[in-house]
Amino acid sequence: MSTIDPAGPSAARVADLWWWMLGGSALLAVLVFVLLFIALFRKGVADHETPERKRVWIGWLGLAMPVGVLMVLLAFALWVGERNLPTGSAARTIDVTAYNYGWEFCDENGNCAEDVLRIPAGRAVDLDITSRDVIHSLWIPRLAGKMDAIPGQVNRLRIEASAPGTYEAVCAEYCGVGHADHRFVVEVYASDGVAEAAGAAR
Amino acid sequence: MKALRLHRDLTRIWESEPGWRGVFSSVSHTDLGKRFIVAAAVFFGIGGVLAMLIRAQLATPGSAFAGPEVYGQIFTMHGSIMMFLFAIPMLEGLAIYLLPKILGSRDLAYPRLTALGWWCYLFGGTIMILALLGGVAPDAGWFLYPPLSGKEYTPGVNSDVWLLGITFVEISAMCAAIEIVVTILKFRAANMSLTKMPIMAWYLLATAGMMVFGFPPLILGSILLEVERAFGWPFFQPELGGSPLLWQHLFWLFGHPEVYIIFLPAAGALSTIIPVMSRTPLIGYGAIVTAVMALAFLSFGLWVHHMFTTGIPHLALGFFSAASVLVAIPTAVQIFAWIGTIWAGRPKFTLPMYYIVGFFVVFVLGGLTGVMLAIVPFDQQAHDTAFVTAHLHYVLVGGFVFPMLAAAYYWMPHATGRTRVMRLGIAAFWLIFIGFNLTFLHMHLTGLLGMPRRVYTYPVEAGWTWLNLISSVGSFLQAFGFGLFAIDIALQRRIGNRSERDPWEAETLEWAMPIPPPQYNFASLPTIDSREPLTRDRALGADLAGGRGLLGRAVGNRRETLAVDMVTGTPEHVAILPGPSLVPLVTAMVIGGFFLSMLLSLYWLAPVFIVGTAIMVWRWAATTGTIRDPGPIEAGEGLVLPTSFAVGGSTAYWGSVLAAAANGTLFASLIFGYLFLRVVAPNWPPPGEYGLYLLEPGLITIGAILALVFARFGRHNFVRAKVGAVATALCLALSAAVLLVSGLRHLPGPTEHAFAAVSWMLTGYAIFSAMVGALIQLFASRRVASGHASAERPHGLRIAAVWSDYGAVVAIVVVWLLALSSAAL
Ligand code: HEM
Ligand SMILES: [Cu+2]
Ligand SMILES: [Cu+2]
Repeated sequence: MSTIDPAGPSAARVADLWWWMLGGSALLAVLVFVLLFIALFRKGVADHETPERKRVWIGWLGLAMPVGVLMVLLAFALWVGERNLPTGSAARTIDVTAYNYGWEFCDENGNCAEDVLRIPAGRAVDLDITSRDVIHSLWIPRLAGKMDAIPGQVNRLRIEASAPGTYEAVCAEYCGVGHADHRFVVEVYASDGVAEAAGAAR
Repeated sequence: MKALRLHRDLTRIWESEPGWRGVFSSVSHTDLGKRFIVAAAVFFGIGGVLAMLIRAQLATPGSAFAGPEVYGQIFTMHGSIMMFLFAIPMLEGLAIYLLPKILGSRDLAYPRLTALGWWCYLFGGTIMILALLGGVAPDAGWFLYPPLSGKEYTPGVNSDVWLLGITFVEISAMCAAIEIVVTILKFRAANMSLTKMPIMAWYLLATAGMMVFGFPPLILGSILLEVERAFGWPFFQPELGGSPLLWQHLFWLFGHPEVYIIFLPAAGALSTIIPVMSRTPLIGYGAIVTAVMALAFLSFGLWVHHMFTTGIPHLALGFFSAASVLVAIPTAVQIFAWIGTIWAGRPKFTLPMYYIVGFFVVFVLGGLTGVMLAIVPFDQQAHDTAFVTAHLHYVLVGGFVFPMLAAAYYWMPHATGRTRVMRLGIAAFWLIFIGFNLTFLHMHLTGLLGMPRRVYTYPVEAGWTWLNLISSVGSFLQAFGFGLFAIDIALQRRIGNRSERDPWEAETLEWAMPIPPPQYNFASLPTIDSREPLTRDRALGADLAGGRGLLGRAVGNRRETLAVDMVTGTPEHVAILPGPSLVPLVTAMVIGGFFLSMLLSLYWLAPVFIVGTAIMVWRWAATTGTIRDPGPIEAGEGLVLPTSFAVGGSTAYWGSVLAAAANGTLFASLIFGYLFLRVVAPNWPPPGEYGLYLLEPGLITIGAILALVFARFGRHNFVRAKVGAVATALCLALSAAVLLVSGLRHLPGPTEHAFAAVSWMLTGYAIFSAMVGALIQLFASRRVASGHASAERPHGLRIAAVWSDYGAVVAIVVVWLLALSSAAL
């Protein structure tokens, strides 16, 4: 269930992003706390506001520093976000319907399964997600970010698992008394097995 | 001695009534501000107990303490109480108590409105708590997303309690917002220009301005959802052309600014306290004011960052993401200005300073995780997990609770006249600080390890057991800390030693009065020539008490204070304020009757209370003004000023303008809702027959334009004033009637499709606005007849025109919108 133990390219990019942001934030936090510490304990006399002081604290630290940091961050984020979009063709497209309290997965041939999503490893899969009643949110933490299941609307999410295995998934948007148990599993099979693919949605 | 006699006379004039009656009739901002603060603290306690229940439940996996039904109510009420019944009222209380004192005035602009706000808050909050005790509290999360909160999935009253209770409380927020803006702009010390205002006033101005524009979308959303639940108008039902996302837009259009509404007053307290504790002026007053205004403005463009997983196109998300990280900049400006101030000064390690350091640590971490969450791909992972729970508490507790604790210790001597007793406060600080971080720091990790928020339990295999247990232990430490804090404050109030007048050597005007403050604040009003009046003149307080300022006298029972030019602070007129009154309480009770009859589904009874409210408001307005012109009066120091009865730019006028602005925001939100549904919602165009509006646009345009003209009839020649007012009322009433008839002729029933529902909502709103305008013009005509409005005092007509103009414009806009959209179907 861990987002920082990714098992697919989308989640992996976000995990990278997270570690970078954590590092950057830690540096910034340390900078602020050290400045605060010195400000509190330095031996000095009260001197009054000088233009010089204002330039340093407000111009450089308050304005220039965050502008610089944030530009870099935004560029990085936009790149990750675009890469995670469902562009180009996907190996499979599966219709997902969330409801109180279960998940229904139907493949292109109209074969449906409840609470188990079967997908091939190493292939991009698009999920077309909607809901039959209230809002839910589909989340497979080790594979990708979440996407809401909203009645009256279909949202597409691209997922991909790098290796076969079983991955857990939960509903992330509060949907009523059954929310905590509104789960399903993703079973990823080795993608060269044609026979397996035929029985994918059984 | 002069000072003593003045004190006695002014106390007689400004005192609240004795005994129980005084409890119900007080309009004093000092009394009411303290009541807001105490009530908010009590609600914080209740919200805190709920938090402890949450943590008790989550301490171990598979806990059998609370089932999912109960847990839903607990976390929903925890969030709702903390946001709506604690944070907002607490900052209102702070503003109500402090504003006149830091601005050098004797009260707020509308003392009786303050009281109305108080009663609405108290009654609305009580409804919520009673529902909690009765086990029928809201349970769909503090943002109450439909369809879950709709009739089909929440058939009980739970959601209605939220929609009605919170809207009731919001009345008090709207009252406070308008009052704060007008007070800051008009009720300042002589010559206190905008640039000489204490920094806190800027923060509160920005906050209140945001409230004026931020709350209406939520109020509109609540009305729509309540109407859907009560009468089946399908605004949020996709099968009938509605959209659940409309609610999310309206909610977050309010919800994001709300976060800054909560943060800014706290930041104002920091900007006030840090320089005092550092014994040096604040660095970069101008830069901070700019940053605050930028924050206020920007925060209206970010709401979509709460909706990054709803399937909105990535590029649009990118825009909101960029805007969201941008707000980090004005925040950084403030953080570094504060640290720079401490650097420049010689800090004193007083108790408020402990909490300020606590603020820096907690809030900076919350800000950093906030930037992370503004990043779309990361948010798509972290959204709706414990990571967000951790983040929001770092910001809210760091950015609001810690500064408020600092503020509590800072202003306690002011409110009670007493100093702190023991070192209990230090222990409380460490418990709160350590407990808080022990609860929430690693909760970020819990979220990244996959724990969603709002789950009542979790399996052992998930591996979150230890993390949750530590959080629960931390939260109980924290609870002890808050308990100690409460005891410490109670002790200071009861047995603290008398404090000297300005114990912190602060420089703002609230310390230039005796403490605890007398009911009239200042025996005479100061004239200001710098931002730190007390630095220049340590004896200012004594001078003012001795009557050596403006209006330092007692005339009959008249409550006088000074009103100034908005920009320069030049004295402009003497405002005459109303005294104790039961009208606010009764009005709030009648409004409460409306909300209760809606809550109990007694829909036939609700209109009775609407009429009752109109009658109360009429009676309220009827007690204002005078029929005798007092003429210009001596204000001291050779100033001769007109009274508020005789000026056009009175507080009542500006209040009406702001009310129209808030109202216009509500209207704009409704139009946004309509366009949104039309563009985005499924199942459009609506089936069925829609008639064409052919004649009506012309008729109503003529009627409304006539209303605009007639409302100006008495401007130049007062003899025509009464006729003009009656004619305006008539034109508006006729326009309303045409709107109603055309709705009945052309529109299908509102339950059939969202388009019909929205069209009816627009029609209803236009009829309502026109009728309000008509009633106020009728009132104006009565005022002319009774002599309250006269050729010398015509400004009542100007105020009436604000309302009737608004009704006329809305009628025109609505009828054309309906005409065009029915044609374009
Ligand atoms: C003082 C100690 C506090 C503790 C221990 C605490 C604990 C919690 C916990 C554990 C949750 C998550 C519930 C869940 O996801 O199931 C929560 C939610 C929340 N808390 Fe707090 N809280 C505290 C104070 C505050 C304060 C001061 C505020 C606001 C000013 C606040 C606002 C909220 C909000 C808005 C939610 C979201 C509710 C929802 O999901 O509908 N909390 N709190
Ligand atoms: Cu769900
Ligand atoms: Cu936000």
